[in-house]
Amino acid sequence: MFSSLFRPRKPNSAQTAKDRLQILLAHERAGGSVANPDFLPMLQRDILEVVRKHLEIDGDAVDVKLERSDDLSSLEINIELPGNSRQRPRA
Amino acid sequence: MSKVIVVTSGKGGVGKTTSSAAISAGLAMRGHKTVVIDFDVGLRNLDMIMGCERRVVFDFINVIQGDAKLKQALIKDRRLENLYVLPTSQTRDKDALTKEGVKKVLDELREDFDYIVCDSPAGIERGAHLAMYYADEAVVVTNPEVSSVRDSDRVLGLLNSKTFLAEKGDGSNVKAQLLLTRFDPARSAKGEMMSVQDVLEILAIPLLGIIPESTTVLKASNEGTPVILDETSGAAKAYMDAVGRLVGEQIEMKVTSGDQRRGFLQRLLGRTA
Repeated sequence: MFSSLFRPRKPNSAQTAKDRLQILLAHERAGGSVANPDFLPMLQRDILEVVRKHLEIDGDAVDVKLERSDDLSSLEINIELPGNSRQRPRA
Repeated sequence: MSKVIVVTSGKGGVGKTTSSAAISAGLAMRGHKTVVIDFDVGLRNLDMIMGCERRVVFDFINVIQGDAKLKQALIKDRRLENLYVLPTSQTRDKDALTKEGVKKVLDELREDFDYIVCDSPAGIERGAHLAMYYADEAVVVTNPEVSSVRDSDRVLGLLNSKTFLAEKGDGSNVKAQLLLTRFDPARSAKGEMMSVQDVLEILAIPLLGIIPESTTVLKASNEGTPVILDETSGAAKAYMDAVGRLVGEQIEMKVTSGDQRRGFLQRLLGRTA
């Protein structure tokens, strides 16, 4: 009964700050590929190259988004195909 | 026509990033398409204050070096329609910033945005120099405290000599205005803190606004929300007025108190988060 009186109704802002930092710093300290954003331009270049083997697309048609969270990061890759994109003729 | 505005101070910890976040959010709230750029290469912080730290993929340096397109690096704010953040790199050092690279990015942004707010790093070295170099206007963030005022004076000297407009030599200058932050009206009245007039007398530039010391600034930073979005905050009201003046409105200068007073019952019952 008393616990509900003493527990803050919403997490307070100091707790929010600590949570945000813990998530961010866990990624930064890990030093893995997801922490180091330098791999993303290369990944994007490679994806573009692969897709271009099969489809005619623009140089900026590949959009890479990264969302970091506690135990899971998600990488979202959007490839915009123009209306008139054609399949490349096979050699 | 778009405007490049640098938020600068010389001294660290006076509220440059807090002010950059608040001013850019305020401009966006008024319907101006606005981007805020973090120039503090290697010590990325604007993304945390704006609350978009988990969404950074590409950064300012990637764009300068041609590794990513500008539109891939811009992060669209989830609260305000007209607001974008261009984060800086956490891994490179300040030498990755070049005058040509900064110009290229700013020119591209000028085509799309009404306001480009440059959040300067502390100090007067490369990052700070390039943050102010292409500015049309400057917001000089100053605390009513001796070292901050001294550093602001130094920065004003640089704005008048080491910027693109100053180097043109045709008499044009970066328009610099003072944003006095962490001001405590009660302590100033008691003579424990320099008054607004004292600081203005020394720096001799127009006053853009007086932001009161407020507990809501830390709360906003904890939560990753520009403080100007907190309706209970006296600092938010003061930032709103400052933004109005920045876009050319005549708004009477008021010294607001930092925190809205709550009634006795409210304090007793309402533990609002």
